[in-house]
Amino acid sequence: MNDTLANTEKKTAYILTLPAVLLVFAIILFPIFANVWISFKEVELKDIRIPEPRAKKIVKSISNEPSKIKILYKLRNSSLLQEIRDVSFKDNFPKNFEIENLDSRCEYIKSSLKCEFGNWPAKYKENFQVIFSTKDGSKIDKKSLKSIKPKLDGKSDNILLNTNFTLKNFKKVLFENEFVDLLLTTFYYTFFGTVGSIIFGILTAQMVNQKFYGRTFMRSVLLFPYVAPVVALAYTWELLLDPNSGTLNSLLLNYQIIETPINLLGQKYIEIGIFGFDFKLRLALTTVIMFEIWRYFPLAFLFILARLQAIPKELYEAADVDGASPLQKFFNITLPQIMAVISILFMIRFIWNFNKFEDVFLLTGGASGTRTLPINVYQQGFAISDIGMGSAVSIVIVLLLLMFMFFYFRLLGKRVDEN
Amino acid sequence: MRTKNTIIYSLISTFFLIFLISIWKILATLQGLNINSFNIEVLFILGILISLAHLGIGNRIKLIYKSIIFSSVFVFCDGYLIQKLPIWYNVGVFLILYFFSYKIGKYSFIVLKEEHSTQVILFEFLTLFGILFFSFVILFPFYMMLVTSFKTQIALLVNPLDFSINFGQDIKDLFKSYFVIFKSYKFGKYILTSTIVSVGTVIITLLFAIPAAYAVARLNFFGKTFLSTSILIIYMFPAIVLVIPLYTIFSQLGLRNSIEGLLIVYTATTLPVAIYMLQGYFKSIPKELEEAAILDKLSWFGIITKIIIPLSIPAISSVALYVFMIAWNEFLFSLMFLDNPNTFTLSRAIQYLSGDAETPRQYLMAGSVVVTLPVLFIFVYFEKYLVSGLTAGSVKG
Repeated sequence: MNDTLANTEKKTAYILTLPAVLLVFAIILFPIFANVWISFKEVELKDIRIPEPRAKKIVKSISNEPSKIKILYKLRNSSLLQEIRDVSFKDNFPKNFEIENLDSRCEYIKSSLKCEFGNWPAKYKENFQVIFSTKDGSKIDKKSLKSIKPKLDGKSDNILLNTNFTLKNFKKVLFENEFVDLLLTTFYYTFFGTVGSIIFGILTAQMVNQKFYGRTFMRSVLLFPYVAPVVALAYTWELLLDPNSGTLNSLLLNYQIIETPINLLGQKYIEIGIFGFDFKLRLALTTVIMFEIWRYFPLAFLFILARLQAIPKELYEAADVDGASPLQKFFNITLPQIMAVISILFMIRFIWNFNKFEDVFLLTGGASGTRTLPINVYQQGFAISDIGMGSAVSIVIVLLLLMFMFFYFRLLGKRVDEN
Repeated sequence: MRTKNTIIYSLISTFFLIFLISIWKILATLQGLNINSFNIEVLFILGILISLAHLGIGNRIKLIYKSIIFSSVFVFCDGYLIQKLPIWYNVGVFLILYFFSYKIGKYSFIVLKEEHSTQVILFEFLTLFGILFFSFVILFPFYMMLVTSFKTQIALLVNPLDFSINFGQDIKDLFKSYFVIFKSYKFGKYILTSTIVSVGTVIITLLFAIPAAYAVARLNFFGKTFLSTSILIIYMFPAIVLVIPLYTIFSQLGLRNSIEGLLIVYTATTLPVAIYMLQGYFKSIPKELEEAAILDKLSWFGIITKIIIPLSIPAISSVALYVFMIAWNEFLFSLMFLDNPNTFTLSRAIQYLSGDAETPRQYLMAGSVVVTLPVLFIFVYFEKYLVSGLTAGSVKG
């Protein structure tokens, strides 16, 4: 009895989870494997379309002979690159139709015209013409003839399915793609974005954790950048920072803080002199990181605030009795208590920032030194139309990510052991 | 000790005052006032004088009168030094000074003598500073988005700093950008597409996620732990690595430029987090209820629809709102899969608009307001549900 119950339980569980598992498998796991496959191939954007045999049907009446009709099929191979093999053709006609000129490749049986056109090379074109007459000499209706569409079929190689593999893409990724620069930019963007958002998160959480008028309102406002659509925010920032008539530059010029406008999103380097040393700051990258911090510190804020509110009040009361200063209280009570959340946040944000595409794409499009790995996937795949290259870069991303996750779970495992 | 504390107190409060006045001046400049300098030196001297005078006078005059006197003196000096400015600007300065004097009202020589008083003062001012700073930094872009959408191209070219809205003009002129984007750029259609896609994603995700989450939360089966850990790992995987294979597959299947294609992808990407959030809640429902239901010979389907769903309406609505927001805000897949303007979602439409360099910025901002408002409205209205969803969902972004 118990056994059958356990069995039905299992069965139900599989039935309940199957749809979700299948969908996730098809859309998320399968593409990751497909990426590996594509990355070893030389595929371009234009190769993706499957070559199709096509026919455009043109019906022409013949003058003085209402019972006869000329039909012209404009045949072509839709692909400019690949041949189509064993093209077959089929079109149906009304029952009272008789064919006048039968092509040697075709046969007319039971009022349907069937042809075997053989192989069509790439860019193949042919005008194929047939003339019909009605058996009883009645008038032909052109419209009804046009509404019947011919069916064509043919075999072609799908470039994605053949087994020609190459290592060219990976060689290109590593040696021709300014790979080190790409990695460094991605790393700066990810690391400083993550650290910045966590620092701001701590500051704001500490702030909201105190009692003041309008605290709940403040909490909502702090989450605005996180919940609003990225498209709207990115374009607003772009307008604010625009060098020609952007609000920020206009304000700075108005107050005579700067003399010429600064192109915050379009300038790769800016020279800064501090204490007689000249630094070259990557300006556009810094701006993009600022946007990133601005948009994602709310998440850190939310997590840290939740943790702060769970810290027992007695700890602080005891510290007050001992005469601890606010700074001492922060470093000796608050910080150790939120350390665990911070380390989790760091890892999560690090992984997500590493993969961030939209923000940089919308702000700079990857120009002026802001080209990160995800941007490169897009550029290779869709701007240069080299799908194979794009896939290879994706694979590099996945590998780096697996590495992070490995370290993350090792770290997490250690933490669990310690507790 | 007392002198040191007094100096630090007056410096901190002065910096705070300078910050307050500067923000006010920036906002006033953006209303078209001609202010060319912050006059920081003057502000600094006035601030130090006010904070010291406050300590010196102490309790001899009531705080209200003291604040009014300080504010009036400051407004007089400020107004005298800077050119003629409209009365509302001076009223604003007066209110800021009143607020400031009121805030420093609790400090006196006695407070300054206490242990750690400098740090306490520092923290209190930093909190105030932080509240204002973050409110300003966060709300400023949203404010600019809104006011830009009400301006005209010519007005912005004449004075790029004048964002004052003329409420005296015709409603049609005021909302001109909105009329244009709805009429000439078909934003009504894009709103409809975005709504269909987002609501559709919510419905399908819930249909798939509720049974799966129930199984993970309650039933014992082979591969359960594997399933629940892989849910999280999959969630960490980035959309950008899915883009190329999905693009090729969808191209060959003819699913590009279709709402169905978007629905499939959005559902698949939101499913893991939906299952994760829901199973956590389902586990908190007492098991006894279901055991009673099994005795009543209720099927699994009956248990889910009659017990689990009614009991977890808050969690389900939280997931629904969260998924809605993800789908509404999504940009990457809509960029990749849609290139026919007939199937654009709002985000994609705005990006398309901006691709044309000729598009006036106020139209772009009007579009941005249109795409942002529903999300902010939902967020503010359902904040309680969403915040729990955000912390549980934890990582999307």
